[in-house]
Amino acid sequence: MEGFLNQLPIGLSIGAVLLLIALGLTFTFGQMGVINMAHGEFIMAGAYTAFLLQDWAGRSAVLVALPVAFVVAGLMGLLLERSVVRFFYGRPLDTLLLTWGVSLVLQQLARDLFGAPNVQVLSPEWLQGAVGPLPYNRLFIMVLAVGSVVAIWAYMNRSAQGRRMQAVMQNRQLAATSGINTGRVDQRTFFIGSGLAGIAGVGLTLIGPVGPTLGTYYIVDAFLVVVAGGLGQLRGAVIAAVALGLLNSYAEFWTNASLAKVIVFAVIIAFLQFRPQGLFVLRSRALT
Amino acid sequence: MTAVLEKKPVQVAPKEPRRWKGAALFAAVAVVALVVMPLVLEPFRLGLLAKYLCYAIVALGIGLAWGQGGMLTLGQGVFFGLGGYAMGMYLKLNDAGGDLPDFMVWSGVEQLPALWAPFRNPVLALAMVVLVPLVVAALLGTLVFRQRVRGAYFAILTQALAAAMVILLVGQQGLTGGTNGLTNFFDFFGNDISAESTQRGLYLTVAIVLGVLYLAAWQLVRSRFGRLLLAVRDGEDRVRFLGYNPATVKTITFTISAVMAGIAGALFVPVVGIISPALLGVVPSLELVVAVAVGGRFALAGAVLGAVVMGYAKTYFSEELPDAWLYLQGALFILVMTLAPKGIVGVAGALRDRFRKEAAA
Amino acid sequence: MRNLTWRAGAVAAVLVTALAACGGDPATTEGTTSGGGGNTIKVGLLHSLSGTMAISEVTVRDAELLAIEEINKAGGVLGKQLEPVVEDGASDWPTFAEKADKLISQDKVATVFGGWTSASRKAMLPVFEKRKALLWYPVQYEGLESSPYIFYTGATTNQQIIPGLDYLKEQGKTKLFLVGSDYVFPRTANKIIKAYAAANGMEILGEEYTPLGHTEYGTLTNKVVQAKPDAVFNTLNGDSNVAFFKQLKGAGVTAESMPVLSVSVAEEEVTGIGVDNIVGHPVAWNYYQTTDTPANTKFVEAFKAKYGANKVTSDPMEAGYNAVYLWAEAVKKAGSTDVEAVKKAAGGIALERPEGLVTIDGETQHMYKTARIGIIQPDGLIKEVWNSGEPIKPDPYLKTYPWAGGLAS
Repeated sequence: MEGFLNQLPIGLSIGAVLLLIALGLTFTFGQMGVINMAHGEFIMAGAYTAFLLQDWAGRSAVLVALPVAFVVAGLMGLLLERSVVRFFYGRPLDTLLLTWGVSLVLQQLARDLFGAPNVQVLSPEWLQGAVGPLPYNRLFIMVLAVGSVVAIWAYMNRSAQGRRMQAVMQNRQLAATSGINTGRVDQRTFFIGSGLAGIAGVGLTLIGPVGPTLGTYYIVDAFLVVVAGGLGQLRGAVIAAVALGLLNSYAEFWTNASLAKVIVFAVIIAFLQFRPQGLFVLRSRALT
Repeated sequence: MTAVLEKKPVQVAPKEPRRWKGAALFAAVAVVALVVMPLVLEPFRLGLLAKYLCYAIVALGIGLAWGQGGMLTLGQGVFFGLGGYAMGMYLKLNDAGGDLPDFMVWSGVEQLPALWAPFRNPVLALAMVVLVPLVVAALLGTLVFRQRVRGAYFAILTQALAAAMVILLVGQQGLTGGTNGLTNFFDFFGNDISAESTQRGLYLTVAIVLGVLYLAAWQLVRSRFGRLLLAVRDGEDRVRFLGYNPATVKTITFTISAVMAGIAGALFVPVVGIISPALLGVVPSLELVVAVAVGGRFALAGAVLGAVVMGYAKTYFSEELPDAWLYLQGALFILVMTLAPKGIVGVAGALRDRFRKEAAA
Repeated sequence: MRNLTWRAGAVAAVLVTALAACGGDPATTEGTTSGGGGNTIKVGLLHSLSGTMAISEVTVRDAELLAIEEINKAGGVLGKQLEPVVEDGASDWPTFAEKADKLISQDKVATVFGGWTSASRKAMLPVFEKRKALLWYPVQYEGLESSPYIFYTGATTNQQIIPGLDYLKEQGKTKLFLVGSDYVFPRTANKIIKAYAAANGMEILGEEYTPLGHTEYGTLTNKVVQAKPDAVFNTLNGDSNVAFFKQLKGAGVTAESMPVLSVSVAEEEVTGIGVDNIVGHPVAWNYYQTTDTPANTKFVEAFKAKYGANKVTSDPMEAGYNAVYLWAEAVKKAGSTDVEAVKKAAGGIALERPEGLVTIDGETQHMYKTARIGIIQPDGLIKEVWNSGEPIKPDPYLKTYPWAGGLAS
């Protein structure tokens, strides 16, 4: 019974991880129709940022790394957007393949810069310990996820920039004719979306490996959250991540890790039968 | 749907001379593939070419589904694997005689699982190569397309399918051989599988199958159905408003491409001598899509060409510059997608047009 | 239009270059120097230099290259220099088979040193058996195999898993939890562990597998903690170890409260996992960088001199390093690089290696090896705390262990 109860916070923390890795994607994907396969590598960039800052900030590098990783990954995203992705708007499937190429290059780059083996990122002393079944480091990731969601929500709904972002998301042409510089908005969205990946990367150093292939472990899961939640839908992403986290946690508790993954996938397929566009859909009369 | 197909054909065929040229080119390629290559290449390289041609069959299916139908399938490896495992299971049972296959012995399986029983029979096993991918794809396609899951959603779903398939195969070690997959085959329908003559025969088989499937796909694209498929790709809703059911068109095409992948998988097994989960995961599936894009996704020939070119490139670079391969693959890909979205075929076409223009001037 | 043709031209140029490079390939192979002829002897090194396994395998290749260099400096073999032909298995099993075939039939190498994962070995095995060529495989593995064309220089199960269990039993750890990656080695190892436990009055409280590359261990950690075992027997592979140890430590598990005995964590992996997270936990191997033999002092020095002072040496690296020496010794004894002659000569060859005395068992083509249990130290190195006293005779099918009767049938 205790094991069963313990799975609840564990499931929530898995949900937090999923949310953190998927949050940035909901924007680049939902807002701009760009399927960014290099998102995983931006997560990796965040993790390596924490690694590099260790020399200077010691064990508390994780904290210092959060803003730095946001900017580093954000700039990488911006660079990607400006250099190639902007030629691909309206061709989402092509961006998928294009960014996959980018992700290959980034992986090899990481291998050349930092070496193929995993590197060591020490977690801060004050993150040692646990509340019940929930270690502090997982709690930290949950706080990080909640914080990111709140910040994004506030940005989208309370700032002029955020509202412009929403306008472009809902109807790009109309937004453009209303005088919104959609190019500028796109850049900002890509910066923020990629930056969030950087933050996720810093958080993941606490519980996972830090190496060149880090991104590949999370990318498929991240996409599944986005698909289940609905494109560009903040609340969709939150609900989908938490639900998938809990599902994963209990499925694994009762069966095993391999089967749990298969179950999660089957549930998503079944779910899309009822809601082919995910949990929440941006209603539109537009034709394809 | 069939009612749709039976309607009077519309005269849309291109001008006669071009078709004649196409046939000549096809014949030339066939001669090179069937006669010249086996004479020129050493057995080892011929085996590699056979492998690339297997991939080319999958690519042909991707070209059909993606290039013609707009369905970006990132999970073709699944069907490749289904066909491959069907063939592998037969070969394994055949080699084992009445005993259990070797990997079951060391996995502690004592009785042949019921799932394996039908694969004792070669005819049944070969039928499974086609039937299993067909049924799975038809089922998945019906479920997915009926609900109008499309575009990126479809791509990600198929990708997740590939990931899930790998986990499932790896997890059932006693049933599937786990990560090791099925390997160490000896006999192929009465021939020593590693003998040079068998391998040459296999190469010819693969080449002929590819040629036949190519012609079939070409016919399909030229048919009324092919037109409808293009229309679905370019304006699915509009097609629906015209009274067709795009879901059926897409499901049929997706299933055809899956069957092609299954056949390719079945041929791959005796050619390469192994089928394992790593061959059907996310990355190999994506690599084939990449190959199709490089070759030219809008032309069936481009898909085939891309698979062969990328196969050769991968072998070459991993022999000469293993470290650079990822850079090169990535860079080539970014370059093709940005500068030449129509791939090699598109570039060739543009060059030809330019040449003509200059000749005319 | 002009713009289009320019872009088309650029892409065409890249493609043509690539194609030309490929096209020239079959013609340029000058595979005329056979393994025995000429002034050099070609040997193949086949490891993953790219992909997920590159992390581990590159270091083994480095150790093998070091051995080749040393042998060449000392005058080579049969008066000829060794010439390594390095190929990339790309962490992809069919590629291993393909490259093995290339090394044998095109480069005509005298022998191949290569592989890491069981899957890569299983993929290469038919190639070597059909071409009657030699493979030296340098990694501990799950046993139940004895190919006439493979020499196994790493441990088989009775030289690593069983001594590990003996150690846990001596320590009074009788309730075990088994955690492994989902592939052949952990599953076979766990079968052996369960049979051992049944025969030795030990209890297995749980057995869990996670997919390769899995990084979410929250649930598994919960299961382990709930089961309250005395110790965990860990057969996880690669990056999963990092996630597992980090999350286990997060849950408050320490080496004192619940030691985790690992059989796939060596010196190189410790940094990636984070010394903090794994310090004090035991591991089972046949060799550590700290193993105190004259040959090892020399090996560690030479390795650091060649590849950098911050490099560590580990069991599979040492086994790869040994493989080259053992093969060279067999060739000297046989007086030729002929495969059958080398095989015949190899049995009984005994060399003082960094791990101690290594003897080739002619019957199984495995090695006599000393089992060693070590504890991970705060400096990231591993200190030996227990060994088997003498080299253990390899027994890949566990025929000499009565309790293992049902396993290999």
